[in-house]
Amino acid sequence: MSLKKSFTLALANIMYDKMRSLLTMLGIIIGVSAVIILISLMNGMTGMMTDSFEELGLTTITVSTTNRGGSRTINEDEMYAFRDEHPELIEGISPSCNLNMATVKVGTTSITTTATGVSEEYADMKALEIESGRFLEFQEINAHRKVCVIGTYIQRELFGFTPALGQNIKINGNVYQVVGILAEKDDSTSGSADDVIYIPYTTAVRLSRTGTVSSYTLTAVNQDKVTPAIEALKAMLLEKLGDENYFRVSNMLSVMDMATDMMDTMEILLVCIAGISLLVGGIGIMNIMLVSVTERTREIGIRKSLGAKGRDIMSQFVIEAATVSGMGGIVGIVLGAVLAIVFGNMLNLSATPSVGAVLLSFSVSVGIGILFGYLPAKNAAKLNPIDALRHD
Amino acid sequence: MTPLIEFRQIYKIYKMGENEVHAIDGISMKIFPGEFVAIVGPSGSGKSTCMNIIGCLDVPTSGSYFLDGKDVSHMNDNELAEIRNKKLGFIFQQYNLIPKLNVQQNVELPLLYAGLNEKEQATRARESLNRVGLLDKAKNLPSQLSGGQQQRVSIARALAGNPSIILADEPTGALDSKTGKDVLNFLKKLHKEGNTIVLITHDNTIAAQAERVIRVSDGQVVYDGEADIHKFASIIHAGDTEVDI
Ligand SMILES: Nc1ncnc2c1ncn2[C@@H]1O[C@H](COP(=O)(O)OP(=O)(O)O)[C@@H](O)[C@H]1O
Ligand SMILES: [Mg+2]
Repeated sequence: MSLKKSFTLALANIMYDKMRSLLTMLGIIIGVSAVIILISLMNGMTGMMTDSFEELGLTTITVSTTNRGGSRTINEDEMYAFRDEHPELIEGISPSCNLNMATVKVGTTSITTTATGVSEEYADMKALEIESGRFLEFQEINAHRKVCVIGTYIQRELFGFTPALGQNIKINGNVYQVVGILAEKDDSTSGSADDVIYIPYTTAVRLSRTGTVSSYTLTAVNQDKVTPAIEALKAMLLEKLGDENYFRVSNMLSVMDMATDMMDTMEILLVCIAGISLLVGGIGIMNIMLVSVTERTREIGIRKSLGAKGRDIMSQFVIEAATVSGMGGIVGIVLGAVLAIVFGNMLNLSATPSVGAVLLSFSVSVGIGILFGYLPAKNAAKLNPIDALRHD
Repeated sequence: MTPLIEFRQIYKIYKMGENEVHAIDGISMKIFPGEFVAIVGPSGSGKSTCMNIIGCLDVPTSGSYFLDGKDVSHMNDNELAEIRNKKLGFIFQQYNLIPKLNVQQNVELPLLYAGLNEKEQATRARESLNRVGLLDKAKNLPSQLSGGQQQRVSIARALAGNPSIILADEPTGALDSKTGKDVLNFLKKLHKEGNTIVLITHDNTIAAQAERVIRVSDGQVVYDGEADIHKFASIIHAGDTEVDI
């Protein structure tokens, strides 16, 4: 029997009892779309996480020192010297000094934000893009100048549509000149990557309570150099400060590894849930196939009286099951893709269904459909024609 | 000439708890190509069992059955399916059409199982439908047809595979007398065209339309001869309660 013919006959059977076919497909539709939605959202979440870690900089290493009663300290020169000794590990370095909860004011408008004291290298280290003007310069750092570079959120909040370049702003009462405006990186809202003010660290240090630089931002040459760089840094700091408790070296890579581990665990859980829903769909198919084989015993008898062999009956039921589950699978893929995109938009994720998720869910559902179509059909195919014919 | 159908001491015994029912109680007979034979007898006399064995739908408890000279008693399921497909065409009292397939698809079934390609299936099914005058209903579902028309579809299906024997079990049983007569006339016409026909009926007047009558009673042959109603209908046998003339 040709496949096309079997398929046509299977389709006739499906169309004859639309309600039942729909119910059969429902399990598969739910199973497949659940798998696609879960995997797509999972991918979207992992993608978002990776993006945000990358934004923070995976090669970025942060050093902070706490000089609690310790007599020994480390200064900028010693840190710069460390970089010069390890050019194969460390690329950029910038002391950093935050002015938290700084009041930033233009005329009568004021906001509270963080002003970050950095060096001229910071823009390259963080790949900051300048929209207009320029970043901080070496001599401004050297001369403790009161200049700043601002993000688009500050521009919008304090200046509206008037260009801020060259204008003055007051940070904690001191007047700073805006020498550069960064390109929009996020969505120009409070707390976003656009809510930033960079000032020379030397200026920031003078205004801070301690009056010394206590933290540094460094960048490793590449991701592979992060671990050796951290080790070298720790060794140097231990030698200079004498105690591990006086400093902290941290990097996003280890945080991301942890987060990735967590996501992996969650993914396994979700795949299990998805697998269960597919299985439930398959059991639905098996039920319907069992019922329909019993109900259709007479039909099997008729077909056998006309010369159908056991394998003809079996292939008929298997093809029917495959057609039903395949159709359910396609509907499930479309539904799952649409819902994944809708949910993704609601959660601000780019949850596009992956080819893998589609292939996996489709083949599993059709596979289950065929298997559970095959099992009851095997018994039906063995029926004695006259017993089948007498059945009603 | 080899008989098309030959029963040698066929028994069919059903065990009902302690009791044994001898549905066929030692029948031997021969049917030759081109014959039109009616198997007649009252209800419960074993006619259908007989036809099921002739049609390879059931196997005898003992005895041998030769179809076209070949002993079918020892054939396996696939070989029997092949025989049903190639040599036998069934017409059932209840038509036995598949309700979800349209008329043409129903008629195509034996051709499909014979392994014909789709074009041949369609051509031959339509030829066959044309013979019974129902070509215009090819795309209808069986439920959209009258009883008489459905029986004609089942005749078309029986003819489609060009079988050696047409087996009809009470083909007029579910029809009114007018359509019943039409179906019977059609069987006569098929016989004239050279087909071998075995007609099963409880009705003597219908049996009388055949060429030869085999009368069974309690699973045994009590008459085998010409279709003269005055001869076969007067046979009285123990347990034979029905007398219709
Ligand atoms: N599957 C069966 N199980 C038990 N007894 C049966 C079965 N089929 C037929 N019989 C019995 O065999 C006898 C002949 O039945 P059947 O061939 O159907 O008669 P007819 O077709 O002449 O009415 C009856 O007594 C019937 O009850
Ligand atoms: Mg009967």
